[in-house]
Amino acid sequence: MSLTQQSPTSKVLTWADERFGAAKGLRVAMNKVFPDHWSFMLGEIALYSFIIILLSGTYLTLFFVPSMTEIVYNGSYVPLKGVKMTEAYASSLDISFDVRGGLLMRQIHHWAALFFVGAMSVHMLRVFFTGAFRKPRELNWVIGTVLLTLGIVEGFAGYSLPDDLLSGTGLRITQGIILATPVIGTWASSLLFGGEFPGTDFIPRLFTIHVLLVPGIILALVTVHMLLVVFHKHTQFPGPGRTNKNVVGYPLLPVYVAKAGGFFFIVFGITTLLAALVTINPIWMFGPYVPNAVSAGSQPDWYMGFLDGAVRLMPGIEVQIFGGTLGLNMLVPAMVIPGIMFTLLGLYPWIEAWASGDRSIHNLLDRPRNAPTRTALGVMALTFYVILWASGGNDLIATTFGLSINSITWTLRFGLFILPAIAFWVTKRICLSLQRRDREKLLHGRESGRIMRLPHGEFIEIHEPISDKEKAKLLSKVDITPLALPAAEDANGVALPQARKRRIQAKVSQWFYADNVPRPTAAELEEAEAHFAHLESGHHDRELESH
Amino acid sequence: MSDVVHHESSENRPAPAPIPHELRRTDIDARAARRAERQVATMFALSALFAVLFVVSFVGIDPEFEMGLPVIGTTRPLNIAMGVCMGLSILLIGTGAIHWARKLMPDVEVVEERHDFASSDEDKARLAETFGAGVEDSGFVKRPIIRRTLLGAMALFPIPLVVMLRDLGHDPDPAGSLKRTMWRSGMRLVTDSTHEPIKADAIPVGNLINAIPDGLVELEEEEGNLNERAKAVIIVVRIDPADIVSQQGGTAEEPWDYNGVLAYSKVCTHVGCPISLYEQRTHHLLCPCHQSTFDLADSGRVVFGPAVRRMPQLAISVDSEGYLIARGDFAEPIGPSFWEIAQ
Repeated sequence: MSLTQQSPTSKVLTWADERFGAAKGLRVAMNKVFPDHWSFMLGEIALYSFIIILLSGTYLTLFFVPSMTEIVYNGSYVPLKGVKMTEAYASSLDISFDVRGGLLMRQIHHWAALFFVGAMSVHMLRVFFTGAFRKPRELNWVIGTVLLTLGIVEGFAGYSLPDDLLSGTGLRITQGIILATPVIGTWASSLLFGGEFPGTDFIPRLFTIHVLLVPGIILALVTVHMLLVVFHKHTQFPGPGRTNKNVVGYPLLPVYVAKAGGFFFIVFGITTLLAALVTINPIWMFGPYVPNAVSAGSQPDWYMGFLDGAVRLMPGIEVQIFGGTLGLNMLVPAMVIPGIMFTLLGLYPWIEAWASGDRSIHNLLDRPRNAPTRTALGVMALTFYVILWASGGNDLIATTFGLSINSITWTLRFGLFILPAIAFWVTKRICLSLQRRDREKLLHGRESGRIMRLPHGEFIEIHEPISDKEKAKLLSKVDITPLALPAAEDANGVALPQARKRRIQAKVSQWFYADNVPRPTAAELEEAEAHFAHLESGHHDRELESH
Repeated sequence: MSDVVHHESSENRPAPAPIPHELRRTDIDARAARRAERQVATMFALSALFAVLFVVSFVGIDPEFEMGLPVIGTTRPLNIAMGVCMGLSILLIGTGAIHWARKLMPDVEVVEERHDFASSDEDKARLAETFGAGVEDSGFVKRPIIRRTLLGAMALFPIPLVVMLRDLGHDPDPAGSLKRTMWRSGMRLVTDSTHEPIKADAIPVGNLINAIPDGLVELEEEEGNLNERAKAVIIVVRIDPADIVSQQGGTAEEPWDYNGVLAYSKVCTHVGCPISLYEQRTHHLLCPCHQSTFDLADSGRVVFGPAVRRMPQLAISVDSEGYLIARGDFAEPIGPSFWEIAQ
């Protein structure tokens, strides 16, 4: 092949192919199909926010001075002129007032961080409620859980760096919680802070953690997360033509490149506009951190709210154990509860697989109603989280509505246990009712709203068959039969070694799946078809509509 | 191990219905397609324009110029002008690209088959064989002395890395430091805003004063940190002596208060926030962070919230000039609890 005949594009492709054998792989990649659904954009928002954070954060490091050396401020923000503060805070003020575009970048960085954790959270809810975490994607779910945790840690580290009064108070609370760590707490705090709080070492150390360590781990995990998505191919919602064995959607080139690429610019553009128009974290209003001041009603960033709320709700309990003092009032809400929450979250795919005995591959998403116990558990956990989150604002609730802070706190303490239980029960009932309605629609059609009067005077409503599209959706339901209780002994009367464990598993399985409303059988569907055919030929059948 | 299987039956699953497709206006009407084309191109052109306008505002607007804007209030227009230009420049690329994809690119959904990625039993068996042979060849199993010493070495080699972290902290006795503050007998109490000594008789009943030890500011200059401030800050309140139920120490001749003037630590015993909210009528002190509430008329005991330990009291008296002085350090550790606090 002579070079003169080649276009520039094919020259580049030939170059790459002869070095990496890229042609075949690239062709497959360009034809890769992505299913379309609005909820699939949530993960994209998280990814794009992360990229925006990396870009804006890199800019900020060019101006930020991570130092706790005390200096006297002499920048252009008049109210703080002559005030003693750390270089960290002074340089944050300089970024906000004396670097053109600095405030914009700071606010882009902060807004994007809020979106990052928010998008990850909502993305996880989508994955949870549609069952996208099931085999073969369990590990990606765990990576997602770790990413969410790291995102929260990274966000907290970030807004602690400017050393303003709000962030310093947050660090003081964090140090108090580190002190509560059994046995090693005092030393852990002393090593982290280079001695006593606040010291002069912590901000430079936190800076390294914030700009290198945690983002490095996040970037690595995001990469694995994305590679696994490509490898497994995306899940899809049920619909016409969609099966567990295919992907229906648009090819990467050109549609998905344009849509996903364009969406990055939309997320970036909206974040920038927000940063231009809506103030976030006005550190100049808080003043520099001093250990003897605090502003009442101060709130952490939204994703720290549930931790703060847990710390507020916990009653004062402190115990003496092995010659030491254990502050359960800090340990339980700030370490034990989040530890349990995130562990259960990460393990959930295995918990459900154990209860269902289901070991098959799932590429078709569940409609939340078709997994009532999972959906109810999710809403229960969400309720628990939201109550903790609301508790983080108990003082604001009190001042806004003129209520007693003590009675609000007590109400929330009880609510934390009662409301999730109610949420579970209500959600489950709603799901089962929706299942019954779906079954009804398949067997008797949808209610048309047309009333007909029969010759003998009775009124009936006409039901019409549902569309093929809806039928495909409703028929996607997977019925899981709960595991049967195992026999305690084998045929020869010998006790089975695993019987006890299996019985517990079967009980859980029953609790998960026993009240499922089954999808109509083939025979029932055929009968329904026949009825509709009958109707279309002009005969109205009383028996059918009076169901 | 388990005979548990998946219970889903594949019976009744109908053959997949065809994928529906509807023609768009731009598919059938050439004018609509041209209009969409113009719209996309306009968005891209506007994006470029806003990029230029960004540079214009960066260069042209005085960074310190302030003005009042509706809703936003007084602000520096430079930030808004740059942000809006940059935001629109970015956003319009996105909206243009998506409009292009939605109106003009093919919207026919295509099907891609999924392939089982699980390996065949044969491949798995061969992997096990290869791995087994590799382990065998290494002698890992055959030569236990190598295996054990290797495991030992692997277990110990991180120790230097961990030990090196010891010098992160400069304090040989962290627990001891947490139990001590700079308060000494005879040290004057000064206000934390103006650093003036406090005349006991000048404090009206019901008042609260934030105070620090005399000499703290000089010490901070010398040490270059705020560590002592974080521990030594106190509040001084005057309560009608008849309302005082109890105090943490003192005798009838030498009480810890001075004519109803009481000094308490300002650092919450929960997680260390400086406490700031005082209710005169009830003598309650409320922490704004987690709402721990202390009764200053009753030994600073906890009346509500997550704190466990009472607020430590500082014994005070007056010097010959009538200024408040401390009579020593706190009798109990201030701030949050820690493992060694009771030892």
